[in-house]
Amino acid sequence: MSYDATFRVWRGDASGGGLQTYTVAVNEGEVVLDVIHRLQATQAGDLAVRWNCKAGKCGSCSAEVNGRPRLMCMTRMSTFGEAETVTVTPLRTFPVVRDLVTDVSYNYEQAARIPAFAPRPRDKDGNHRMQQIDVERSQEFRKCIECWLCQDTCHVIRDHEENKAVFSGPRFLIRLAELDMHPLDVTDRRNAAQEKFGLGYCNITKCCSEVCPEGIHLTDNGIIPLKERVVDRRYDPLTWLGSKIGRRPKD
Amino acid sequence: MELERHEYDVVVVGAGGAGLRAAIEAQESGARTAVVCKSLLGKAHTVMAEGGIAASMANLYPEDNWRVHFRDTMRGGKMLNHWRMAQLHAQEAPDRVRELEDWGALFDRTPDGLISQRDFGGHRFARLAHVGDRTGLELIRTLQQRTVALGIDVYMECTVTRLLTGPAGGGGAGGEQGITGAFGYWRESGRFVAWQAPSVVLATGGIGKSYKVTSNSWEYTGDGHSLALQAGATLVNMEFVQFHPTGMVWPPSVRGILVTESVRGDGGILKNSAGNRFMFDYIPDFFRKETAETEDEADRWYEDKKNNRRPPELLPRDEVARAINSEVKAGRGTPHGGVFLDIASRRTPEYIRKRLPSMYHQFKELAEVDITAEAMEVGPTCHYVMGGVEVDPDTEAARVPGLFAAGEVAGGMHGSNRLGGNSLSDLLVFGRRAGLAAAEHALRRIGRTELADDALADAARAALAPFEREGGENPYTVQQDLQQTMHDLVGIIRTAPEMEQALERIAALKVRVANLSVEGHRQYNPGWHLALDLPHMLIVSEAIARAALERQESRGGHTRDDFPATDSEWARTNLVCSRTADGGVALTRQPLPQMPAELAEIFEESA
Repeated sequence: MSYDATFRVWRGDASGGGLQTYTVAVNEGEVVLDVIHRLQATQAGDLAVRWNCKAGKCGSCSAEVNGRPRLMCMTRMSTFGEAETVTVTPLRTFPVVRDLVTDVSYNYEQAARIPAFAPRPRDKDGNHRMQQIDVERSQEFRKCIECWLCQDTCHVIRDHEENKAVFSGPRFLIRLAELDMHPLDVTDRRNAAQEKFGLGYCNITKCCSEVCPEGIHLTDNGIIPLKERVVDRRYDPLTWLGSKIGRRPKD
Repeated sequence: MELERHEYDVVVVGAGGAGLRAAIEAQESGARTAVVCKSLLGKAHTVMAEGGIAASMANLYPEDNWRVHFRDTMRGGKMLNHWRMAQLHAQEAPDRVRELEDWGALFDRTPDGLISQRDFGGHRFARLAHVGDRTGLELIRTLQQRTVALGIDVYMECTVTRLLTGPAGGGGAGGEQGITGAFGYWRESGRFVAWQAPSVVLATGGIGKSYKVTSNSWEYTGDGHSLALQAGATLVNMEFVQFHPTGMVWPPSVRGILVTESVRGDGGILKNSAGNRFMFDYIPDFFRKETAETEDEADRWYEDKKNNRRPPELLPRDEVARAINSEVKAGRGTPHGGVFLDIASRRTPEYIRKRLPSMYHQFKELAEVDITAEAMEVGPTCHYVMGGVEVDPDTEAARVPGLFAAGEVAGGMHGSNRLGGNSLSDLLVFGRRAGLAAAEHALRRIGRTELADDALADAARAALAPFEREGGENPYTVQQDLQQTMHDLVGIIRTAPEMEQALERIAALKVRVANLSVEGHRQYNPGWHLALDLPHMLIVSEAIARAALERQESRGGHTRDDFPATDSEWARTNLVCSRTADGGVALTRQPLPQMPAELAEIFEESA
């Protein structure tokens, strides 16, 4: 059941590095993260890697496996041939800290910029009432485990560092969509989505949806509806007139 | 020495549910607050909680109220819970859940639009507020977003290695000894950092990584338990470790990963290899009056709770874990050493995918099992430690002034066994109380104590020691040996000779840990990090083994093969651990706090 696999793992830091080749045992049922852990325990004690839950729930162990953005804990070794070399590299969109660990602070900076959730008042009895069908739309986006694979794969920022200043990435566009569709939230973030978070940069190639380990339809259910709502807000002549004569809030 | 320094009123160690809830409360109380966490924000173990948050909101069963929840909790813990904690928890949980909605949480709904509640083991009524089977993620994300909205400083990927103590309250002669701050390192760079603060809240979670088969992540190395001991605080109930009855057993690499109790709450049943629903053979007298006797009655209960009693699959976790263990030992296990958990034959595929989406996904991806079509193989996995820092129930203050603890790292609330769903509510109720008390403590102290240079230098020296030693052992090997020891000798079923052997091995492991060496340098070096976590794991393991050896009875998450019955004297006794001068663990017996008569009455009401 066990075999020796060839792994190429990127080792290095911000000053540079390269792929190192290892021969390492693989057992039945294992995932890429198991093999990385075996490398740590037996051959490379200082191999840097993030991980927590090992069950696809925390989104820590993101990396590129044979060039595909993946969670290492959910990538089964049985998807590769025994003779196939498995190459593991850090997420390319973020600066390398060390080995497979990247500096993902860009994402936390974007999260902090989003205008916070602001609910309508509770009902008189102290409860909020919402229908299941209404909460489900935002619930889809709240499944996000913040693995940053969508951010990693998004071509707007993947090889365009300069766009990070004007574009928040798919994760935060669906965060805006989530808040926009939230039955309790009363803040209008549509102008901000366009002007501050770079919604217009997304040209819906759907790469983000493809790599999402939670199967969230980022583009179809989040970004496209948000774009439509932004268009309604910004280009509807009556809304425009209303905003000019001051009957509506500016944002 | 290069040292980054900061000053706060309250430093919270840990960014799971309890830590974030404490930080939110402290910040909102006007204290300058920081959160320090080993992982990135939002990755804490709370994210793994699946089933829900127990709170008697009575959205589905108007008969439910805090008294019923209190009773269930105490009985689940075999009456060893601190009554006051169980009372506060049951009373305050509903408000803590409702306020999450004001911060953006989106729970599943009842047809009336209220928060839906699901059935879970040991709870008389459907009581768990939930979001599918990813409630922990919803909780952590909600608290994380609230933390960010309040602008609380978060030190991510930063590990605390020491609590600093001294004359608190601005120094001067005669000041009481207390917390003055904390010392740690940035995982990314390996550089040292110190926080000066009169209040520290420990919210570091549990100890599961000392066991071989566990649902816990690498972070669960008992840091908070150990830091508290080191600072002069005490631990209570450390002998009680919860083995969750249903962890995955196959393939080996996923062994121990949690399978939510919601599978049983939503209709799943346990079967042995002969196809028997064996839980009916394991109903203890303590729960007989409230448990169904026949499969028909058990099945009717899901629809009609008034006229039927709960299925035995929904007994508290300690009972179910022991039963599974016995079935496997008797040779009635599955091919991979577990039992079958079957929901496929009992609910429609649509229902299963809707209610248990992440379980469906987990088995599909990791085990190539379709849970809508076939049974899962499950077995017990180390999940939770009931024991923890001994705290004042109302303020979560430990015995050291300025030190507070909340969540899994605190002890007392769950007695000898925690009910499912009571952990997330525990985090919220006591996280909030700890944050409030920590802020009050800090804001009462005008003067601040400078951190002593020698203490900082000593902490730095200890942290760097593994680099100084050449040719020593690899930390991963020592960790594996500890995990094997605890698994084999201080596991679900315990005996005196085995635990004595465990203590001998732990003593030998201590020597090995003192001689570890690590390769590489200080920048993001997991081998070094583990070398610094190991002393925590060892002292906590010693506390568990010593307390377990001392308690000569079986109760909740502590089962003695040599003392299989509960004992009335032990029913009135807590074991308290403190640190000895030579770094070992000393035990003292302490009488259980006396429950007031008006609460004791609840247990005389109908079962």
